Formats: sequence, structure tokens, C-alpha cells
Amino acid sequence: MNLAYRDIKHNLLRFVLTNFGLSLLLGIVIMMTGVYGGLIDDALRQARAANADLWVVEAGTNGPFAESSRIPGDTRELVSRVYGVQRAGSVTYQSVQTELNGAPHRLFLIGFEPGRPGGPRQLSAGRDILRGHYEMIVDRSAGLELGQEVMLGTRDHKFSVVGLMRSEVTSSGDPVAYITLRDAQALQFELAPPASRREQARGGSMETNDQINAVIAKVSPYVPVAETAAALSRWKHLTALTQVQQETLLSKFVIEKARKQQLLIMVLLIIVSAVIIALIIYTMTMDKVRSIATLKFVGAPDRTIIGLIVQQSLSLGITGYVAGLALVFIFRPFFPRRLVFDPESVMAVFAITIVVCLAASTLGIRLALKVDPAEALSAAG
Amino acid sequence: MTEPGRQAVVRVEHLSKHFGAGSARVDALIDINMEVPSGQVVGLMGPSGSGKTTLLNCMACILEPSGGRLTLDGEAVYDDHWLKADLRRLRLDKIGFIFQYPNLLPFLDATDNVAVVLHLAGLGAAAAHKHAVELLDYLEVGHRKHAMPAQLSGGEAQRVAIARALANRPRIILADEPTAPLDSARARIVMDLLRRIAIDQSAAIIVVTHDEMILDRFDHIYRLRDGRLETDELSRAPAGVDH
Ligand SMILES: Nc1ncnc2c1ncn2[C@@H]1O[C@H](COP(=O)(O)OP(=O)(O)OP(=O)(O)O)[C@@H](O)[C@H]1O
Ligand SMILES: [Mg+2]
Repeated sequence: MNLAYRDIKHNLLRFVLTNFGLSLLLGIVIMMTGVYGGLIDDALRQARAANADLWVVEAGTNGPFAESSRIPGDTRELVSRVYGVQRAGSVTYQSVQTELNGAPHRLFLIGFEPGRPGGPRQLSAGRDILRGHYEMIVDRSAGLELGQEVMLGTRDHKFSVVGLMRSEVTSSGDPVAYITLRDAQALQFELAPPASRREQARGGSMETNDQINAVIAKVSPYVPVAETAAALSRWKHLTALTQVQQETLLSKFVIEKARKQQLLIMVLLIIVSAVIIALIIYTMTMDKVRSIATLKFVGAPDRTIIGLIVQQSLSLGITGYVAGLALVFIFRPFFPRRLVFDPESVMAVFAITIVVCLAASTLGIRLALKVDPAEALSAAG
Repeated sequence: MTEPGRQAVVRVEHLSKHFGAGSARVDALIDINMEVPSGQVVGLMGPSGSGKTTLLNCMACILEPSGGRLTLDGEAVYDDHWLKADLRRLRLDKIGFIFQYPNLLPFLDATDNVAVVLHLAGLGAAAAHKHAVELLDYLEVGHRKHAMPAQLSGGEAQRVAIARALANRPRIILADEPTAPLDSARARIVMDLLRRIAIDQSAAIIVVTHDEMILDRFDHIYRLRDGRLETDELSRAPAGVDH
């Protein structure tokens, strides 16, 4: 005869309602692991999308994502000539904000040289960039359609969408858009007409804008990447980062703050869950004080009473977790960011839930063990 | 009436119990001596605060006495300190307790309220259930075996509680005002039942009561006043009770 189950069945409605609340809470914890997983996955995608073997950036920097990096536009020719480099392409990176239908719209612009490394990997619709100017390929999450025109830059150039991609977003969730290197350089360095006139009046020149953020190099499969990297680093103004280093930079350091913040939120949520579970177990035990006193009176050993509380606590935690997981998967498509779940973290949340339930039930157990069997004698409650 | 060979199932010698210390000290029991042989139903009476519940709780091993000796079913249980480590096991095996209020577990039906103590004593689920139903039938509440405690009338609930107290065939049954919530007809039925059980199970039954109406149902009556047992003058063994 399972007392825990009988008591739950007797108070089924209360158990279901309590469970619903708990499942929301645990659902949020599970969701946070998905957000966390999505954050890392997005960051890595960004590095992997370039499909690079080596990243050539400004000397002494961890560019182009972790730090800004500026190198001369002709670096790509330099890199191409290094032993082992098969192909190379210049790239620029910048965040822009534009308006679409009156709403602000953020894009992460990548300038690349069509036909060279650094361009979009796979299109889900449309075509590659063919013309030298004012065409763009954008991630579907931007909500743009093929043929749609977007104003970018201070001179209000119209870019038309020619291709669409899937799941190409930055670690902050902004959709990625590809344009040609020339357009990107113009957008990054050209000044709005009034500022430009002023600059000219001061005798400055507008024609020194051939700068890029990085060169992406593909290395021959017959040459060790490290060897090529060493050769590249002989130029004093350049640093070569391997793909592994770049991924580490992105997944560890660039999103460090966001990662810590999410970890903190998760820890806080788990503490809140623990407190709530403990309170639930405690009140459930409080409600049973008289039954517990009666059980002790008729001779039930402590292990029966501890079992009653622990089993209820665990069934609360387990059903709450399962319901929470179900809620997360039901509402996943409506979440603004990509949620990426790896089995380890989903299991980790389960393990934490179990541990929290066991820890939380100690409060109830302490109460139950202190109940005096003589309390069964007091006037009916 | 007391046949030779009937040994005392409950023996209390020089038992005392006080609460508190110093000026707050209350002597609830002073030098209590009593013996209850098997097959007997004895009454414990006295004004409020005279120590009836305290004495019953000491005998139920719920309350630790302050001194004296307690022997239950031939086993020394208390001699200035508890002699048994596992008092709950002792209660489970030897003592059935009937509360003033039925004190059934609200989340178990009538059958399981009885089966639970059989189960605790080590009986398998099916056997416990079967025996519980038999007990309910014996107490004439078999027709309510699936009812939850909240659905039982006071008398039905009390009989389920008695079934639970009897379940492990204890040699000692203690009852604290078991008839208080019942009307006098029901009270008599319960008392007759206890008498039958005392004989059927050769148990010693001690009943605390205020109810003068059921005095004739006892083999012997102990009266407490201010923590002392009064001499036997006032108590009387009923003459005309047929067993
Ligand atoms: N836990 C306790 N702490 C202090 N004093 C107590 C305690 N329990 C009982 N007493 C005192 O011991 C005395 C006997 O109490 P007891 O409950 O045994 O009386 P009773 O005969 O059962 O009374 P009633 O008929 O009202 O139930 C009383 O003076 C009471 O105040
Ligand atoms: Mg009393």
C-alpha cells in the first residue's frame, strides 16, 4: 500500500494545480538551458559559416568578432601568395540598423568577395549575388522576402534581396546579411553628404577607404595549417588565428557576459524552485501532521514516514519536470530566439530537480520526525 | 469470576508521572498500582484533570513515566527508564489504541485504514486487505468498506477505528473515552463489542470514560482523583454481567 500515492490521489486537484505551477517554473529553467545552448550554437555558426581554415586579422588582436581588426585591402593578395594557402577572400563585418515598415530592424552585414571564401554557405531560396552592387542575401529570420528592397547606409542606397538563408544569426540573435565587399566598404566608411563636405573642406580625402576586417584563408589539405599560420604571422602587421581558436574566442569570450548572465538567471531560478518545492513539501507535510501522528501512534516506523514525504516530493518534481519539458517543446516555435537543447543539459536539469526535491523534502522530514505521536490524541482537527 | 491461571496482561507498579519542575511542577500520577488480567474490561474514571489520559498514555508507551514499573504482556517495558528501544514496534504488536475521535487516515478508505497496520506489521498486501475486510465484517461495518472516512458516520468511523485497533490481535487495548461522541445506544453496542473482543482475543481492555451509563459493562472500575487511585470501596465489580 503506497501512502504517498493514496494521499496524492485524495488531494488530486491540489496536486495537479501545484504541479502546473511547478512545471512552469521548471519549464523556464529548461528553456534557459535552450537559450544558453542557442547562444553558443549561434556564436559557433557565425564562425563556421565562413568555412575558414585560417583567419588573418590585425596584429595582436583577436578579431574580427572578439575585437575590431582593420587591415589593408590588399592583404588578401599577400595571403594568397603564402605557401599552403589555396584560396583567400577579404571580409568585413558590421552591425546596421534600418527601418522596415516603420519598425527598427537590425542586421549583421558581412561584406565578401563573390567567388572567394567568406561568402554564404547555403541558400534556402533565391540565387547568389551576381551584380557588383546593391544585392543582398539575408537570413529568413529578418522577415524579408525575395525581391524586397531595403535602405542601408547614410546615402540611402536600396539593396534588393536576391537570396535567403536559414539559421544564420549572430550570438545576439541578429540575422546575418551578405553583400559585396565594395558595398560593405562603402557603407562602413562613406560619410553622409554634409559630413563628407566638411571633411573635404578640411582637406581630407575620401579615397583611403580600402580597408577590411579580416582575410579568410583555405589551406591546402597537404600542408599543415599550423605551418601556414606560422608563415603568415611573419608579417608584423598580421596575426593568423586557426578556426579552432576562432571558435573558442566566440563561444567562450565574446559571449562570456551573456553566458554568465544566463548561468546566474538559471542558478537563481533553481534556488527559487528549491524554495518553492521546499515550501510545497512543508505545507503538504503540515497538512498531514495529524495523520503522521496517528501513523506513529499505531506503530509506523520513521522510514515509512520519511518514505511518504520523499516519494511525494519526488513525484512532484518528476511530474513537474516532465510537464515543464512538454510545455517548452510545445511553445518552442513561438520563442524569439533559437533554443538549442543538448541531451546532457536536459538531463542535468532533471538531476538538479531530483537533488532539489530531495534537499527540499528534508524540511518536511524534519517536521514530520518531530511530530509527537501524542498529537493524535488531541481533539479532532 | 477471575479464574486461576489468568495472568495480568497489564501490570502497573508504583507508577508516577509529573510534569514541569519547581513551582510549576504538576504531579499527574502518584504511586499508581493496578493489574488487568486478560479477558477483562476495566474502566478508568475520575474528574477532569485527575490523570486518566496521562495514565493511559504511559501504558501506551506514548508518554514516559517519571518512575515505577510497567509490565505489558509479561514483558518488563519500563523500570525507571524505557527497557525497549523500539516502542513503536511494541505498540504495533501489543497495543491497540482507540481514540476519542476515530483518527482515521483521511486519504485511505475504511479497508485500507485497517489494512495499513497489518501491512506495517509485515503482512502482504492481499492478506492484509482480506483480513481487514473480515474485521470490518466482524464489527458490522463491512458494507462501508470502500467508504472514505469523511463519508462515514461517527459510529461507523469509530467501529473502523476499533477494527484498526484490533487488527494485529493486540493483548492490550486502550481506549480514551471511545463512547464520548456516540449516543447511549451506540455506546452500549461499542462496550459490548469490547467485552466480546476481550474474551475472543483474551485481551486486557482499559477504557477511560465519564459515562455513568455504561458502568455496568465493566469488570472492574478504577477511580482516579488528583493523580491517586482511590481505594476499591467506590469501585464495584458488576454482579449481573453475563459473559
Ligand atoms: N503535557 C503536559 N504538561 C503539563 N501538564 C500536563 C500535561 N498533560 C497533562 N498535564 C496535567 O496533568 C494532569 C492530568 O491530566 P490528564 O490529561 O491526564 O487528565 P484527564 O483525567 O485525562 O482529564 P480529562 O477528563 O479532562 O481528559 C492535569 O493537571 C494536567 O493539567
Ligand atoms: Mg483525558
